[in-house]
Amino acid sequence: MKNLRLTVQIIYTILTNGYLYGFLSGKIYQGRLKYACVPGLNCYSCPGALASCPIGTLQALLNQNGLHIPFGVLGFFFLFGSLLGRTVCGWLCPFGLAQDLLHRIPLFRKKKRLPFHEILKYGKYTVLVLLVCAGSMFLFGGFAKVPAFCKYLCPSGTLLGALPLLSANGLLRSQIGGLFFWKLGILLLILLLSIKVYRPFCQYLCPLGAVYGWFNRFSLVQIHWEEEACISCSACQKACPVGLSVHEISHSPECIRCGNCVAACPVKCLHLRKL
Amino acid sequence: MRFWKNNSAPLWMYGVLAGIFCLGIGLAQGDFTVFWQKAVMICLECIGIG
Repeated sequence: MKNLRLTVQIIYTILTNGYLYGFLSGKIYQGRLKYACVPGLNCYSCPGALASCPIGTLQALLNQNGLHIPFGVLGFFFLFGSLLGRTVCGWLCPFGLAQDLLHRIPLFRKKKRLPFHEILKYGKYTVLVLLVCAGSMFLFGGFAKVPAFCKYLCPSGTLLGALPLLSANGLLRSQIGGLFFWKLGILLLILLLSIKVYRPFCQYLCPLGAVYGWFNRFSLVQIHWEEEACISCSACQKACPVGLSVHEISHSPECIRCGNCVAACPVKCLHLRKL
Repeated sequence: MRFWKNNSAPLWMYGVLAGIFCLGIGLAQGDFTVFWQKAVMICLECIGIG
């Protein structure tokens, strides 16, 4: 299951960031595919990005003047969320893939969670409400509203957008200032932490994870638990990268549907829900 | 009556329908043009120089 998931993550990341000319020229794709959003956190300023980032899109719509309900991006959230829930995080997010790969580095003693996990896990909801929504509606830079999450926090934008663009585009490189180094610091901190802790950004800060977590209870893709067949061996909890118990797996907003529990269960009482 | 009880659509289906409905409204109010215009220009804030 682990290798299958890694293969899907790599193929998906390559397909959705397949504009190779962008990486060589330091420019971004400007075609019609960007009318659509990808499900995962994938900066639309990545030189290879073929579609739009849902969080960037949400902020662009909230940056408009006047009260504006961003139905366009809510539609994508409902579609992807209802079908997949946080399967998007586990299987289709390029920044999740980066953290997964770093966690495989055999350095440090691995941990599933940070201390104070039960409090810190609400960080992603705070980021969603304060930075993505309120920040984009009320925070001004000069006379224009700013996409606060993208500007001050998003490490995916730095990794997928800034670093490849700046390495290929000298004009942009000449404009680097304090804000870039702030964002680079956040990226490095998260990437270093990913070597020790499993997906710290996804567990504690990602606003997209907060959105999709809400759909986990009723999305099409579910992990079904047959309680009668369960022998309570806790093999699933040991295999779960975020440390969920068998009681939590099927409905928890923290479950990224990686499928490790399904593969680990010795009596096959956990399985992906069939249609 | 029993037919409807036994054949109630699962919640995810209502979610998909809500998604399609929202996309329709978004299309009508021009959301797609707004975010396309943003997505085809290099986002200086996203890359940390804006």
